[in-house]
Amino acid sequence: MAVHEVVFPMPGKVVSIDVEVGGAVSQNDTLAVFEAMKIEMPLAATAGGTVKEIKAAVGEMVEADALFCLIED
Amino acid sequence: MEPLFQAWEKSGLEALTWGHPVMWALGLLLIYLAIRKQYEPYLLLPIGFGVILVNIPAAGLVADDGLLRIFYYGIQYEVVPPLIFLGLGAMTDFGPVIANPKTLLLGAGAQFGVYVAFFGALILGFSLPEAASIGIIGGADGPTTIFVTNSLAKDLLGVTAVSAYSYMALVPLIIPPIVRLLTTENERKIEMKQLRPVSKAEKIVFPLLATFVICLLVPKSTPLMGMLMVGNLFRESGVVKRLSEGAQNELMNIVTIVLGLSIATTLQAEAFLKAQVLQVFILGLVAFVFSVVGGTLLAKLMNLFLREKINPMIGAAGLSAVPMAARVIQVEGMKANPRNYLLMFAMGPNVAGVIGTVVAAGIFISLIG
Repeated sequence: MAVHEVVFPMPGKVVSIDVEVGGAVSQNDTLAVFEAMKIEMPLAATAGGTVKEIKAAVGEMVEADALFCLIED
Repeated sequence: MEPLFQAWEKSGLEALTWGHPVMWALGLLLIYLAIRKQYEPYLLLPIGFGVILVNIPAAGLVADDGLLRIFYYGIQYEVVPPLIFLGLGAMTDFGPVIANPKTLLLGAGAQFGVYVAFFGALILGFSLPEAASIGIIGGADGPTTIFVTNSLAKDLLGVTAVSAYSYMALVPLIIPPIVRLLTTENERKIEMKQLRPVSKAEKIVFPLLATFVICLLVPKSTPLMGMLMVGNLFRESGVVKRLSEGAQNELMNIVTIVLGLSIATTLQAEAFLKAQVLQVFILGLVAFVFSVVGGTLLAKLMNLFLREKINPMIGAAGLSAVPMAARVIQVEGMKANPRNYLLMFAMGPNVAGVIGTVVAAGIFISLIG
């Protein structure tokens, strides 16, 4: 049981969140969509497992390296 | 019957030649591309409508005191392109270049197409000033293309401008096949380490330092470079927020309208419909292609010496066409590796490419002008 952090790779705005706490995800699944410089990008899962905690909300401005969620495998 | 004849003679219909409807069709095509395909709509829409206006015979919009001729003085006296650069400077974050100065090299490498098209044009029989104006299309920068053509080869202005803006709109189609051809799947997968944070002091020093270094070395680039950097200083200083926002929004929008409509004055049937036009368009595409090739290959070359490899695709963003080229690289990177976020890394060469194009322009103008 390891916990993986998923962080935003660059500053941007959260456009949508596509998972729920407790949901199962596979590696590279789209967890959320964020926007930077008018381009929307998916935030991909760094590992497969169960989503533990979601730290961001739709519409929120996030910094680079801000935590999005934890995934427990 | 007499008044009827007079009305006919005074209408635009009598002066109509076959060239006018051809230009209307071109205008309608640009309007169609702008609305339906959203190809550079901010420029192609005013240019497209302007083309129709200037090709209405006897309307006199381009006569000495004609409305669009007066707009055009803004280009002729080299006011409008530098004002666009002022807005561009206020919109540009040079942080990715400051954090990773190697990208300046890539911005220079992606000017390769400028020189390929320049020599290509010379071989096809264009004069030196014409060849330089055609070559600069490969910098993928509208205002700079207009600036160079206006100082060196005014007759080509409409063609080089429309060519530059058309291919800039096609960047999402031009870049991907070239980078895929020149890079391996593994190279495209390369993830890059987060850029270091850049301090406010560095961001303030950058426009000042860049102005001194570049403008002293290539003085003829000063109108564009100076405006780019003063706009950037407005942005980064943090003390003139209204000027920075005014330059980015109101000024940029107004100047863009004037630029688009006045470019159209150079697209009159008599001046435009020549065999040369096709050659310029072909050379323009060659310029774009080789700029992408140059940037990508230079990045691969740098990788031979770098311990921490860069994703060679970011070299292609050195084309400029800000920020479209960087976005295209982000999308391509993600296709190879879903956790590959290249956008910010591609912005480095992307904005460096603007500087590279202005420097190439300054060199051309000082050597040939």
